[in-house]
Amino acid sequence: MAETAYIYDAIRTPRSKGKPDGTLHEVKPIDLVTTLLGEMQSRHDLDTARVDDVMLGCVMPVMEQGAVLPKIALQKAGWSDKVPGAQVNRFCASGLDTFNTAAAKVASGWEDLVCAGGFESMSRVPMGADGGPFAEDPATAIQTGFVPQGIGADLIATIEGWSRDDVDAFALESQKRAAHARDSGWFDRSVVPVKDENGITILERDDFIKPDTDMQKLGALKPSFAGPGAMGFDTVALARYPEVERINHVHTPGNSSGIVDGASLVMVGSEQAGKDLGLTPRGRVVSIALTSTDPTIMLTGPGPASEKALAKAGLSIEDIDLVEINEAFASVALRLQRDLDVPDEKLNVVGGAIAMGHPLGATGGCLVSTMLDELERRKLKRALICMCVGGGMGIASIIERV
Amino acid sequence: MSDFIYEKDADGIVTVTMDMAGQSANTMNARFVPGMQDVIAKLRAEEDLRGVIFASAKKTFFAGGDLNDILATTRADAETFAYIEANKAVYRDLERLPVPVVAAINGAALGGGYELCLACNHRIVADDPKAVVGLPEVTLGLLPGAGGVVRLTALLGLEKALPYLLEGKQAKPQQALSEGMVDAVVAKDELIPAARAWIKANPDSQTQPWDRKGFRYPNGDALHPRIRQTIQVSSAMLFQKTRGLLPAPEKILDIAVNSMRMSFDAALRMESRGIVALMTTPECKAAITTFFFGMQAIRSGKVRPEGPQWKASKAAVLGAGMMGSGIAYAHARAGLTTALKDMEMARAEKGKAYSQALCDKAIKRGRMSEEARAALLDKITPVTDDAACKGADIIIEAVFEDIDLKETVIPETWKQLADDGIYGSNTSTLPISILAESCPDPTRFIGLHFFSPVDKMKVVEIIMGEKTSAETLRRAYDYVQQIGYMPIVVNDSRGFFTSRVFGTFMDEGMQLLQDGMSPAAIERAAWKAGMPVGPLAVSDEVSQVLSQKVRRTHEALDARLGVESDFGHHNTASARVVDAMIAQGRGGRHYGGGFYDYASDGTKSLWPGLSQFAQGNAEVPMEDAIDRLLYRQAIETLRCLDEGVLNTEVEANLGGIFAIGFPAHTGGAIQFIRGIGVDAFNARAKALAERYGERFAIPDAAFDRLRDSAAEAA
Repeated sequence: MAETAYIYDAIRTPRSKGKPDGTLHEVKPIDLVTTLLGEMQSRHDLDTARVDDVMLGCVMPVMEQGAVLPKIALQKAGWSDKVPGAQVNRFCASGLDTFNTAAAKVASGWEDLVCAGGFESMSRVPMGADGGPFAEDPATAIQTGFVPQGIGADLIATIEGWSRDDVDAFALESQKRAAHARDSGWFDRSVVPVKDENGITILERDDFIKPDTDMQKLGALKPSFAGPGAMGFDTVALARYPEVERINHVHTPGNSSGIVDGASLVMVGSEQAGKDLGLTPRGRVVSIALTSTDPTIMLTGPGPASEKALAKAGLSIEDIDLVEINEAFASVALRLQRDLDVPDEKLNVVGGAIAMGHPLGATGGCLVSTMLDELERRKLKRALICMCVGGGMGIASIIERV
Repeated sequence: MSDFIYEKDADGIVTVTMDMAGQSANTMNARFVPGMQDVIAKLRAEEDLRGVIFASAKKTFFAGGDLNDILATTRADAETFAYIEANKAVYRDLERLPVPVVAAINGAALGGGYELCLACNHRIVADDPKAVVGLPEVTLGLLPGAGGVVRLTALLGLEKALPYLLEGKQAKPQQALSEGMVDAVVAKDELIPAARAWIKANPDSQTQPWDRKGFRYPNGDALHPRIRQTIQVSSAMLFQKTRGLLPAPEKILDIAVNSMRMSFDAALRMESRGIVALMTTPECKAAITTFFFGMQAIRSGKVRPEGPQWKASKAAVLGAGMMGSGIAYAHARAGLTTALKDMEMARAEKGKAYSQALCDKAIKRGRMSEEARAALLDKITPVTDDAACKGADIIIEAVFEDIDLKETVIPETWKQLADDGIYGSNTSTLPISILAESCPDPTRFIGLHFFSPVDKMKVVEIIMGEKTSAETLRRAYDYVQQIGYMPIVVNDSRGFFTSRVFGTFMDEGMQLLQDGMSPAAIERAAWKAGMPVGPLAVSDEVSQVLSQKVRRTHEALDARLGVESDFGHHNTASARVVDAMIAQGRGGRHYGGGFYDYASDGTKSLWPGLSQFAQGNAEVPMEDAIDRLLYRQAIETLRCLDEGVLNTEVEANLGGIFAIGFPAHTGGAIQFIRGIGVDAFNARAKALAERYGERFAIPDAAFDRLRDSAAEAA
């Protein structure tokens, strides 16, 4: 590597229910992004003309999230006309992928200061809005064995023998940890309130977390994928997992990631760029990795991706102080925990997407901010961030506090 | 233009009456396209043309493509594509004429015939239940390639079109009208006047909806949220039904969906590419060979022994158990008066009550009238006295499967048979020639093996005893067709044909179990192969207790006859596993559990104890497991053909499909061999024998008959 990729800051909006009754539903997707662009600029008195690129993840980049929203948001936020922008889609990895690419660009020495992150207003541009051959071209869907992700999550739980109680217990812990962290102010450094044009606050803190839930409430929820499974998707999955007699549908809205609105923004740069601009690095990127696994079960990529990132860094899992796995579904996190043998006290220490939500394209950036905050607060060194990704892909990043 | 009668009236309306010379129905034969081209050229040249009516001089409107041509097509190349494009081009030309065109549908318009109707601006059908419309191509492994997929989707919208395209459903006039497949239903002699009146009333209706500016698909375009949801689940729903074994419905779904995303003419070309791809698939050849030509051969009596038609007018069924009750129902349904005899009146009446229950169910579903039920039940008389069977044209014994009992019942009841009547046994295991010895005239004794449940399994294995006469066979054959069942004639052999082959399927499941394959994967392998039920599940239904009993019956017979029959010779795993299962109280579903545990809520799950049977830790690849389950059956079927137990390929194919559920997409066990290629099959069988055992070995000579002949229709 020519340069060390430093993380100068990582911020995000609060997350709120991604449905018409969510607090952020009234906020345009572009304004989630301009909120963060404005904060990043003012917080660091940033000369935006020095930014080489702004890449933001978005998984449904159509309609009001379409047409390269990041570039337009830069203009709207009053950043220099010199700054280019791009929208990136690698399904749920989009946000973390922009972070990894930003690190790679800086490390290569070809760019000096790059912003990454993502945005997703799931209440306004719902999942599936972009169509695509994966689900909507019959010849492709049949040949590739398309199934909704939740079927894969249930299949993982079935194969591993995890019961409904197992996944609900994981979900409950996520809620408890997230509520405690938020209420203790652990997210305050990173979370930027979303305000209206008058400066009136619309949302200050995450309001999707359900601190009052319990095993009984979680246990009362209906499995989300039993219906689609019975329509034929179970059959498609089982054709590829012949040794499984039937799929145990354990995932519900209670133990799957929340559908929320939100955005994130991370600034990565070289040592020199930081010096020139008077920025203090918070961390550095140690290694990054992408991989792909069986697309039908779809969600087992985080383990192999993490192993790849560890190998690249010459580290083992014992060298990692905190592990953050995106809680797309409880079984995904449990599977990663089993794959890497991560102790409970290192895994998702402030809860995850089950409690706070998973604003698809934005989540990767959110996880980076969460890990930076926790490494600093706990005075620890290294964190591993990983995510499961559509199509069977897996992504990972290892960061270090400096 | 002898095939097309062209008449122009004083109003400027041309009626084109299709009357293909030298054939009873209009078809898309070699003369069709040039003939249509001539007609269209003439219509275009007309100066004061006001409208066109397409009519038929035959009983049916139009019967569609020539399946012999499709069977003969072996290359999915540019030439075949050009041929398909030329065929459909005349329909496109027709719908672009500058005047309204009306289809006057006097009788069945299926396949290419209905596609012609779809290319007209208006469709009027005669009020006659035989005047059905539809696109049955999918049932032959094809798609409607003359615009049927694209036009029906545009006419009805995706959701309404799919069932007609994917299942080949046919619609009678009133249903076709309510679905929008036709525009009007009129009395037959009103057809032409109605067509003429419509043209006069709608002189400017010459443009098809899909050729109008701003055309929207009925009930939602491709981007409509509900249509998109339908599309998202449609592939999985289809896969659940077809298991990925049928290329035709997959192709049709893909074309129907994607046709909404492109221009009409581009969609028509995509449809042509699709049918070219399908025409050369083994699944298409199998469907046409077995389900069209094979069924036709059996229906038309090609494999029936020659002689005058025989009809039974009175029957007796002995034994009112499950099989006897089912046979009595089959008789009554076909209007055949039947005495249902059992030892006790309560049992005989219970047997008749079975028919009552089936009728009640049909009434509940609106498929039967109360009068029809009364008439049906009236045909069955429960009796206990032999004398009540007096004068029966046919007696069928369906008493308990016990040779001593049968040898008592047969001679006793024989006396009641009409002088020229025939006597059938519904035994599934006992040799017919041995049972025949117990009756006074073995020439009139024959095996009539029905399958359970009789009302659904519409096939009968007719077993010739050594002394059974050709005359008796012919009568039995006619009787089976009289009650609407498919006759499959076989010669006497241990297990006949069906039980022999079925036994190999169950045995191979247990062989896989011994090899250490996971039970769930074994069942899944059978599912992937296309079998209706897995070998372990079906063994439970048959029950281990019965399997053991059958095996012991044959052993006892061997002892009695002083022979060593080779029945079940290769079924080494079933002998071992079945006996062990019974010893552990796992006798089958009826006995509280077997390979599966059965919960009180009706669900079942594989018994964890099955792991005890795994002898090795051989990882059996899924492809091998699938092949093993199918090759065992195909090899046994070929042995039956080779040994003369079976007489014809068509019976081998259809008998296997209908009686024991051999996967239909293969076209039957022999067509399966042909589809793979005789030499490739032989080589694979040898490889399986090498790796898994002698049961896959078959002498090369057994394949000779397949090499010497192309697929025989009969």
